[in-house]
Amino acid sequence: MSADQVVIVGAGLGGLRAAEALRGAGYEGHLVIVGEEPHLPYNRPPLSKEALAGGVDVEDLHFRRRSSIDDVEWRLGSGATSVDLTERTVCLEDGSVLPFAGLVVATGIRPRQLPIPGPTEGRFLLRNADDAAELRAALGPGSRLVIMGAGFIGCEVAATARKLGADVDIVALDDEPMVRPLGPKFGAAMRARHEAQGVAFHLGRTVAEFLGDDRVTGVRLDDGTEIPATIVLEAVGSVPNVEWLEGNGLDLVDGVLVDEALQVIGSAAPVVAVGDIARHPNALFPGGPWRIEHWNMPTEMGRHAGRTLADELAGTEPHGGPFSALPSFWSDQYDLNIQSYGMPSLGEPVLVDGDWAGDCIVEYRRDGELVGVVGVNRSKDLMDYRKQLLARQQ
Amino acid sequence: MIQITVDMDKCQHYGQCCFEAEDVFQLDDDGKLQYVAEVADERLDDVESAADVCPMQAISFVES
Repeated sequence: MSADQVVIVGAGLGGLRAAEALRGAGYEGHLVIVGEEPHLPYNRPPLSKEALAGGVDVEDLHFRRRSSIDDVEWRLGSGATSVDLTERTVCLEDGSVLPFAGLVVATGIRPRQLPIPGPTEGRFLLRNADDAAELRAALGPGSRLVIMGAGFIGCEVAATARKLGADVDIVALDDEPMVRPLGPKFGAAMRARHEAQGVAFHLGRTVAEFLGDDRVTGVRLDDGTEIPATIVLEAVGSVPNVEWLEGNGLDLVDGVLVDEALQVIGSAAPVVAVGDIARHPNALFPGGPWRIEHWNMPTEMGRHAGRTLADELAGTEPHGGPFSALPSFWSDQYDLNIQSYGMPSLGEPVLVDGDWAGDCIVEYRRDGELVGVVGVNRSKDLMDYRKQLLARQQ
Repeated sequence: MIQITVDMDKCQHYGQCCFEAEDVFQLDDDGKLQYVAEVADERLDDVESAADVCPMQAISFVES
């Protein structure tokens, strides 16, 4: 342990890529990566899909780690409880105190849990490998799953659960599934696909109460409808894990606010933030700051922030330029590969090829300008769109 | 040399690897991934980057 080390808090994708980028940018000092979970960095998207369908083996999900970080000290199974940016120390759950010269904030998000009365047994959240293993054990033919929330995770779990033979109901306040990123027509088409697979939707509704004594036996909606359930999955959005950063005068309104080099604003110490937790400007999409929970962003931000921190620790101004990245997401549901580039939620959807109910390409434009694209089973055609969206930078 | 293997059961042909090493990974006219199975050692960084950005984490390689 030494005061000139870098501590990375968060052992997910963003923390991993930041560590590799620090080494890539010439930082040769000691690196510590702190993780709340006992696992090395692993890939989360399969937790609602392949790994949920086939059984969760976290070792299969581990990310490849570059040999440049073979000497990293992993402090797993004990998350950070607080940080003092003046003293430059991080406190962990196990009581240890780590001094640092540079810090990477990479603690991500957790699922939002609504304060709804009723029994707790049979209620599930899905964020980490252990959550997925528990949900997997409860799912199968004869189980009745109610999913709260019609976003990507809710819809992916619905598709997986149908494959496993479970009955599935989705309850959501939105008018259509995945409506915020995709828009109402696209959302309606996706709903029809799920309905054709036997998923029942209760849209414009919320769960008012969980039914049952110790164990959930159903839910009651705000209109009085009762739906029987053996399992309830709460997939109603996320909360950034910022609590450990409190008391340092940072902007923690929605994640942690960073500047265009991904340095945490308001910290005198060299601190950068990456991934789902970082509310960041993006040179490709002026008008932020944005907090984007897409899979490619921790890698993009980790690469950039690692360089920034290495520069700072070397005593030079960060020379990586302003952070600029094209957000992308992917989702597999049934035989559909849904892929997106850009920020479709900023624009109005225009179907340009195919049809809503089949394979298609949908452009999203704001004042005529392309801001995003979504394709269903059209990855190759999207490659040109990616170039167009990246050209926004000029 | 670097020996590359893509697990085609995992690959969903999203094409992210193509942006990191376009002469190694390509989508063909049918949108299916094609790749060069053996590349020179100096391509290590590109191949690592391609493996990093695969959403399905389907790319593996060994240096020999």
